[in-house]
Amino acid sequence: MGYIEMMDISKSYNKQSNVLNGIDLQIEKGEFFVLVGPSGSGKSTLLRMIAGLEEISGGTLKISEKIVNHLPPKDRNLSMVFQNYALYPHLTVEQNILFGLNAKKADKQIQQKRLEETAQMMGLSELLKRKPRELSGGQRQRVALARAVVSEAPLCLMDEPLSNLDAKLRANMRIEIRRLQKRLGLTMVYVTHDQVEAMTMGDRIMVLNDGIIQQVGEPIDLYNKPSNLFVATFIGSPKMNLGKAVLQDSKLIIENELTIPLEQFVNLESLENLNLVIGIRAEHMPYGDEDQQVQNVEIVNVEHLGNETLVSFEVGTELWTAKWLGQWLVQVGDRVPVHISVENMCFFDEETGDLIQEATFTHKQEVVKR
Amino acid sequence: MTMPISKKIVFYSLLTISAFVVFAPALMAFVMSFMDNKDIMTGSLPQSLSFDNYLKAFEQFPLLKYLFNSLVVSVVITIGQLVLSSLAAYAFVFLEFKGRDILFFLFIATMMVPFEASIIPNFHIIRDLNWIDQYPGLTVPFFATAFGTFLLRQNFKQIPRELREASQIVGMGDFKFYLKVVLPVAKTSLVTLGAYGFLTSWNMYLWPLLSTTNDTVRTVQIGLKQLQTQEQLNDWGVIMSGAIIVIIPTLILLFLGQKQLQKGLTEGAIK
Repeated sequence: MGYIEMMDISKSYNKQSNVLNGIDLQIEKGEFFVLVGPSGSGKSTLLRMIAGLEEISGGTLKISEKIVNHLPPKDRNLSMVFQNYALYPHLTVEQNILFGLNAKKADKQIQQKRLEETAQMMGLSELLKRKPRELSGGQRQRVALARAVVSEAPLCLMDEPLSNLDAKLRANMRIEIRRLQKRLGLTMVYVTHDQVEAMTMGDRIMVLNDGIIQQVGEPIDLYNKPSNLFVATFIGSPKMNLGKAVLQDSKLIIENELTIPLEQFVNLESLENLNLVIGIRAEHMPYGDEDQQVQNVEIVNVEHLGNETLVSFEVGTELWTAKWLGQWLVQVGDRVPVHISVENMCFFDEETGDLIQEATFTHKQEVVKR
Repeated sequence: MTMPISKKIVFYSLLTISAFVVFAPALMAFVMSFMDNKDIMTGSLPQSLSFDNYLKAFEQFPLLKYLFNSLVVSVVITIGQLVLSSLAAYAFVFLEFKGRDILFFLFIATMMVPFEASIIPNFHIIRDLNWIDQYPGLTVPFFATAFGTFLLRQNFKQIPRELREASQIVGMGDFKFYLKVVLPVAKTSLVTLGAYGFLTSWNMYLWPLLSTTNDTVRTVQIGLKQLQTQEQLNDWGVIMSGAIIVIIPTLILLFLGQKQLQKGLTEGAIK
């Protein structure tokens, strides 16, 4: 039994079209669960339904085995961090942190004790007398987190808390939030549109699009075995390279341009003559050695990232990107050999977009398990 | 902005002249309040300046009583307006109920009904309540103000919805949220509305005249009018000194309020 259970949850605002559809989900205690999806996918709505800020149109929501569909937010024993932090502008940092405890009429001594602990933990001890407008973005973010921590609620909901911070600070806060969650043993439901945040922070991720669950799983599984084309392109940066393909006469023809002969040990007979879309990750297309199967492609763009080089080339109508480790001094217009292997490809059904067969190679080689 | 010196001189002299023209009546009243009657009537420049007119004004009429009445009436109206319109504005912003927006527009539409049009029904009501010559009769009809509700609603709307939600999560009720968050955050517009309400009720004339029959609760504006009609020949010096006394509280309020307002405005701008 999960800590949060959703059974066939749906949401509609006008009783006609659903914003969320048939959400079945279990979130375990102590888990860092990330809801990710593009804007308008319904992820914030789902979070607000868990919080009790949004009415549930259909289905059942349970928190620690109690049905809470109609419970007001305060009785759900949770804390929430908002995207704009929702700090009270007229109160000092101290008053902001203690706002919830005050409202619940907690004992003054306990309040003080918890305040000190939390301020210490979040590095806010020096700032307690300041007003929110005298704080930097990162400090405000910390106050918002402190407010959630001080409540000692076992469940914490976060709605894109890092989207107002700059990139460097965001990377720091990602680690901080993650550590905080582990240390306090919080159950965390975290909403973001940033797949990097989702990948780096989540124990498990749920990808949502148009109000429908696309896939739920561990970050690595989502990366290696995207269950459909949406997840394939949404998770990972640069995104997975896709191309229409057919399998004919033991040859894979991609976008009518690349022809890749099948190696003997690859068993793909079942895919013969289907309309396929293949997907291959950028890091699985290395610079081709002489003894390998290579495709010669013309470079249309080069991005130097210092430790790696992103090389783009056209395959039919698609623009593919390969990621090569190290610094490669290649020019736009050069023709380079690229090793593209069937083993690294995920196969999707062109019509439904669903995964037919995952890449075989990744399993054998790259996942290091201890 | 940069502009040539010649243009600047023209602008500033025009501005000075128009400021003087606009301010002339007040200046005249101020000077006249220190002049004796003979000088005023002959229209000559003052021969001597004295406080005689002020002393006379206080001696001849219960001016202090009037001032006190005005103060009570204005303060009560101001408080009443602030309480009622902030509560109404809260409901229009933070509570969700069917037909809220339609109700609000209906509410706003009443701004188009001039006060004079509602004077007769209002008078009937306070007469039936036996409120003639009483403070409630002078004040209660002005408590509900569509303008004040509108002003505060616009301001409350700028309060992020997340603040309400954050307080919902910790289990804070509507009334407490209104007291502890909405009012302090919207302090600036409350001060604005308060100053506006005080000034308009201080300067009220028609309604206090209708709803009072004697001096017990009469406001200072009516008293001022009485200064004029008590004698056959108008004692302009006394009248002017009375007028100066009457505007002093409003000026004080304006100066004090200005500082508050400025503070509030910059606070909002910097965030």
